[in-house]
Order: sequence, then C-alpha cells, then structure tokens
Amino acid sequence: MLSKRIIPCLDVKEGRVVKGIQFVDIRDAGDPVELAKVYDEQGADELVFLDISASHEGKKTMIDVVRSVASELAIPFTVGGGIRTLEDIKVTLRNGADKVSLNSSAVNRPALITEGADYFGSQCIVVAIDAKYDEASENWHVYTHGGRTPTDWLVTDWAKEAVQLGAGEILLTSMNKDGEKSGFDLPLLRAVQDVVQVPVIASGGAGSSEHFYDVFTEVDADAALAASIFHYKETSVQNVKAYLKKKGVPVR
Amino acid sequence: MMIGVIDYGMGNLFSVSKALERIHVEYKLGDRPQAIEGCDGYILPGVGAFPDAISALEEHDFIDFIKEKVTDGVPVYGICLGMQLLFDSSEEGGRNTNGLGLFPGTITRFPGIDEQGRSYKVPHMGWNELEIHHPGKALMTDVEEDHVYFVHSFVVKTEESSILYATADYHMEVPAIVGKGNLVASQFHPEKSGKPGMQLLENFCKVMCKQ
Repeated sequence: MLSKRIIPCLDVKEGRVVKGIQFVDIRDAGDPVELAKVYDEQGADELVFLDISASHEGKKTMIDVVRSVASELAIPFTVGGGIRTLEDIKVTLRNGADKVSLNSSAVNRPALITEGADYFGSQCIVVAIDAKYDEASENWHVYTHGGRTPTDWLVTDWAKEAVQLGAGEILLTSMNKDGEKSGFDLPLLRAVQDVVQVPVIASGGAGSSEHFYDVFTEVDADAALAASIFHYKETSVQNVKAYLKKKGVPVR
Repeated sequence: MMIGVIDYGMGNLFSVSKALERIHVEYKLGDRPQAIEGCDGYILPGVGAFPDAISALEEHDFIDFIKEKVTDGVPVYGICLGMQLLFDSSEEGGRNTNGLGLFPGTITRFPGIDEQGRSYKVPHMGWNELEIHHPGKALMTDVEEDHVYFVHSFVVKTEESSILYATADYHMEVPAIVGKGNLVASQFHPEKSGKPGMQLLENFCKVMCKQ
C-alpha cells in the first residue's frame, strides 16, 4: 500500500537555510545538506527546498546546494523558487533534483508546465499554488509572488488547468492557515482533491501530529508539508510518523 | 571492477553516479558504446518518455550493444524508464513503440480506475512496500520487504511471473524488480529509495558483477 508522505520544507537564501532552525546536534544549522541529513535520518519521505535568494549569485549557489544534496541523500527532493524557464528546469533536474516546483512562473506563462512535462515527464513537475479564501466570492483565489499578488484564477480552476497542462503533483498552500498551527485547511484541500487526479501535497497550518492525521484521513491528501514545527523541534518527523502508524495510517 | 553507465541523454546520471561513489564502486559514463566497452556491468538509467528514449538509444548506437552484453552474460541493470525499455513494447505517446524485447511484456498506462470502477490517482507516486517473490536471487541478497520510492504513470504488464522478483500493490500488481539471469531492472530509482535501494545497487555491483 502506498504510504502517506511527510515532507519538511527548507527555505534557502544565498545557499543558507533561513528561519533559525534549532538543531543542537549538527555542526552548522545553516547548512542545507546537514539539515537534509537530519531529516532523512528522522524518516522524512521527501524534502522541498525553496530558494528565496534575490540575487543572481544566490541562484547559482542553489545549484551547488542541489548537487550536494543529491550527492549525499538517497531520498527524493523538490526544488522551487525562481524557476522561470525550461533551461532552469533542465539545470535543476540534471544536477540531481527529482522534481521542480513552479509557482508564479507557471501562472505568468502556463506553457512552462507543458514544456517541462514534455521534456522530463509530468512526474518531475510540481505546481505550487498559494491559496487565499475570499469572503465575498466564497471561494479560494490564487496568489503569486510569495502571496503578495492576487490573480484572477480560482484555485480549483487553476489546479485543473495545471494538471491539464502536465503538472504531475499539486503543492497546495493555504495562506489563511499558514503559520497559524491550527491544522491544515481541510475545505480547501477537499475542493482541490475533488477536481484533480494527481497527488496533492497539503501545506500550511501543521501544528501537531493530530493535524497530519486529520489531513490524511479526512481529505485523503497524499502528502503533507511542514516547516516550522519541525525546524523549531515542536515535534519531529519520527513522532508524527509514530503517531500516524499507531492510528493506522500507512507510513514508511 | 568497473561499471559502465549508459548515457544517451535521458537519465538522471548525476544522482546514480553519486550513489555509486557512496558505495565505493568505480564507474564511467559513456555516450557511445566504444566509451564504455569492456566494463564488468552496465546501468541503463532513464527519465522521460519511452519513444524519445528508444530514438536516443538508437542515435547513440546502444540498442545492439545492450542486446549483445545481455547475450554475453554481462550484468545489466535498467532503472525506471530504463527498465521499461527492456520490454517488448510501450503504448506511451499514443502509439506503439517497440522496446528491446529482452523481457516479455508490454508497457501500458495505469488505467486510473480499479476493478470496482473507483478512480485512483496517476502517477503512482511515493513510498510503497515491496512484496518479494524470489528472495534467493543474487540481486535480492539482504533486500527486505521495505518501502521504495515509485514515480511513474506507465507500468509493466507481463504474464511471465518468473521474472517478477518483487512487486508492489497500487490498485493492481506493479512489477517493481524484475530479472532474468544477468539482466535485472527496477521500476523505482534505487538511488532515491533509501536503504533497500542502496542495497540493490550494492548487490548489483558487488555480487552480480563480480561473479
């Protein structure tokens, strides 16, 4: 039986992990490779690296990070942030990443999804969607540029379109829930799960093991992503998985 | 001992190369048969679409090379698409493309609907458990019924159960590790499948290629 995936997400800026990750037992808490290894040992099923570098140099450094992670780890990982062209996709995947995550660049130029999928297969192309609920229209809208820019897309429409264009997976972040630690956005996830037939990664809102249980059992998400609860050691990947296992959720 | 990695422009060569380095196996990459002639074993990686991969293998003169090596008893390991290429044919890309025909069977898309008429997700993506059918094979030494990482939309269909070293269950029986004598393959990437994956690579290089 296919197991549910737990995916820690690391923000990388100019080659260094940011957001004050607290692990005492590693030499360098800003080193993406060291942290990736910690999560691998904890049983993380995949990793996501989000490059938030602004500079051109930072982007080049990211490729070195990709190479180092691929050299040392035997689990799959996704790289997102600043991937705008087919050439960016090629460079990232050829240096050892398993998937790329496209967000604003895919909304700006949806053909990028198809170009990537045609070249490497849909399984390499993750479309990341930042979703925010709009009270007036009683629906979720797509935001780009780190959640700063609203778009005309409804989340369900964009998710469908992205899959049609070749996305092999949807990484769905609830902006309403992000940072709240009150649980994943189940209604949002349900709405998207209902319209796409590719795996969906739930993101935004994880605060406890129970939240992972809820997202896997109530909306049948395929994977769940979290950052701060793992980084700040509020819980560990091991703990979450042990809890899920006890409750009968298939995990590795 | 030297492993030849077949480079026809369609694989994630970086990750597999680094995995070989981690288990201290010497290897070389070659984009023409001459460049990797005489190795003790060969790895055929593969990411992408079946028809493109067959054309690329032809362009790089690898089709006859691989067939000869298999006939000569040299160990060959196909990974992911590299496994599918070893079968008779594939329907990927909306038409029938012949494969190398070294394993009996065809490649079809996951139907996405199970026998009860319920729909399920394609690709088959994530960690799934191996069910081992032929534990005695050299490739399977110390490999346990553990999770490995799958990511594929097309799947092998074969009547030949003797080649199914291990399968996984995803709404149907999914051939996960196949083998026939010196020719072996896995649907998943061993270099991305944690401990059991690394064990497979090690068995291929250090047990099969050394015999």
